[in-house]
Amino acid sequence: MAGEATLINAAARTSLWLQPHRIMLILVAVALVLGAAFFMRWDWLPQYYEMGLLGIWRSLWILAVTCFLGFLLAVPLGLAQAAGPFWFAAPAKTFCTVIRGTPLLIQLWLLYYGLGSLFPQYPWIRESWMWPYLRQAWPYGVLALTLSFAGYEGEVMRGAFAGVPKGQLEAARAFGMSRWKIFRRIWLPQAIYRALPTLTGETVLQLKSTPLVATISVIDIFAVSSKVRQDTYLTYEPLLLLALIYMTITGILVFAFSKIEARIPNKIG
Amino acid sequence: MPPALPSAARASNPGATLIDALLSASAAGIIELLSPYPPGWGGTLLLGLLHSIEIAVGATVLGLLIGTGGAFGKLYGGPVVRDLLAVYTTVVRAVPELVLILLLYYAGTDLINQALTAMGYQRVDISGLAAGIAVLGFVQGAYSTEVIRGAILAIPQGQIEAARAYGMSPGLMLRRITLPAMLPFAIPGLANLWLIATKDTALLAVVGFYELALATRQAAGVTKAYFTFFFAAGVLYLILSLVSNLLIGRVEAWSRRGMPSLKDAR
Repeated sequence: MAGEATLINAAARTSLWLQPHRIMLILVAVALVLGAAFFMRWDWLPQYYEMGLLGIWRSLWILAVTCFLGFLLAVPLGLAQAAGPFWFAAPAKTFCTVIRGTPLLIQLWLLYYGLGSLFPQYPWIRESWMWPYLRQAWPYGVLALTLSFAGYEGEVMRGAFAGVPKGQLEAARAFGMSRWKIFRRIWLPQAIYRALPTLTGETVLQLKSTPLVATISVIDIFAVSSKVRQDTYLTYEPLLLLALIYMTITGILVFAFSKIEARIPNKIG
Repeated sequence: MPPALPSAARASNPGATLIDALLSASAAGIIELLSPYPPGWGGTLLLGLLHSIEIAVGATVLGLLIGTGGAFGKLYGGPVVRDLLAVYTTVVRAVPELVLILLLYYAGTDLINQALTAMGYQRVDISGLAAGIAVLGFVQGAYSTEVIRGAILAIPQGQIEAARAYGMSPGLMLRRITLPAMLPFAIPGLANLWLIATKDTALLAVVGFYELALATRQAAGVTKAYFTFFFAAGVLYLILSLVSNLLIGRVEAWSRRGMPSLKDAR
């Protein structure tokens, strides 16, 4: 019975959503897509297909790694600002202000061109194990994007840590939990719950920042589309496809995060 | 400055040599590079900063206009207008700014030139400043639509009903009631958008518009002092952000005049 009711509900919602003007708009959109498919040139697709998939894989990999590392860095940054003594809080706040106050492109170029041009002057760096990595572009891209994510998310985590009700922490202390256990079991999980809605937005923003690594010669999906444009002299087709790819990834991210958000208890504090 | 050590001793103390090198590159050389007069490149950077600010101001103003129109369309427009605006804000917020800038720049200049040739005029070169403002303004418009829509929704409904009851025309109501009443709710979001706009101007360097990031890149490329120049550009952007923050605090206080302070409200 319950299944039938939800089915009817879903049908009612669909009929509400599918109003006459929406059907017209959808037809127009389909016509535009078909027009683009027929009247634009897509014969380059088979040739660049594999490169494109590799590019998408690289973009996603950079997104995942920088979000993960950035979040790990954001937790101490937020904690230092929310509860740390002055000599922890001040450097953390300065870091967040500097990262949030300067464009990511400049940070990226400062690391890649700036630091990258200083390193080779030192024999001890050239002889170290890091040198094969330091000569490539991607470590600089990953570092810049990680620091950027940490800067923005650190500010969010500050608010999240400060927003956890005092009573929760006092209750945990009354239970005799050690400070580390309070942090691990009570403070951090509740702060993450609070930060989760903004985490979706930050992750989408981070996805939209990944094409910047193409400016330091990392071959992500944006760089592949630039290469197609240079090789075929086509302006719109690669860019439109690129926009579609990013929109799809964004849609998947938002959907996945909404699923995660639905699973956490929403009455806190 | 410490005396030059033999290289073996240096290798044993890597951190110190790095700091030493960063410092020794500095001093006289950096001041000379950054001086605002011709042999130095400070003037180029400041000119780039000026262009960046111009583009950011233009884009924010254009974005505000689009955003106000878009917010009213989303709230009071017909079903088609509402759906089209939903598509606009969703697409613009889901696609990277860099891709949008490229697409809009090529599509915009193409459209204008085709329209001009169709009407029998010569093709024109669109100035980088105008194109940058138009492209960034279009992107900002999507974000400010959402901010202003939320702010209008936050106005107590009674105020708008009271204005209608007074027989105010829609234009008068907008000017006297809706816009001033939504400001305190909209300013934090719009201030954030202004900061994003100042930083997004740097993306225009990738397309080749002349602004601070591109000026920095040129200066760094010619002098090979990459670290110095990108660091200086970062400082300039940071100063712009910090000064903006100061001004925003003032504007926010002004827009909330007569209202209880946020601290008391909590």
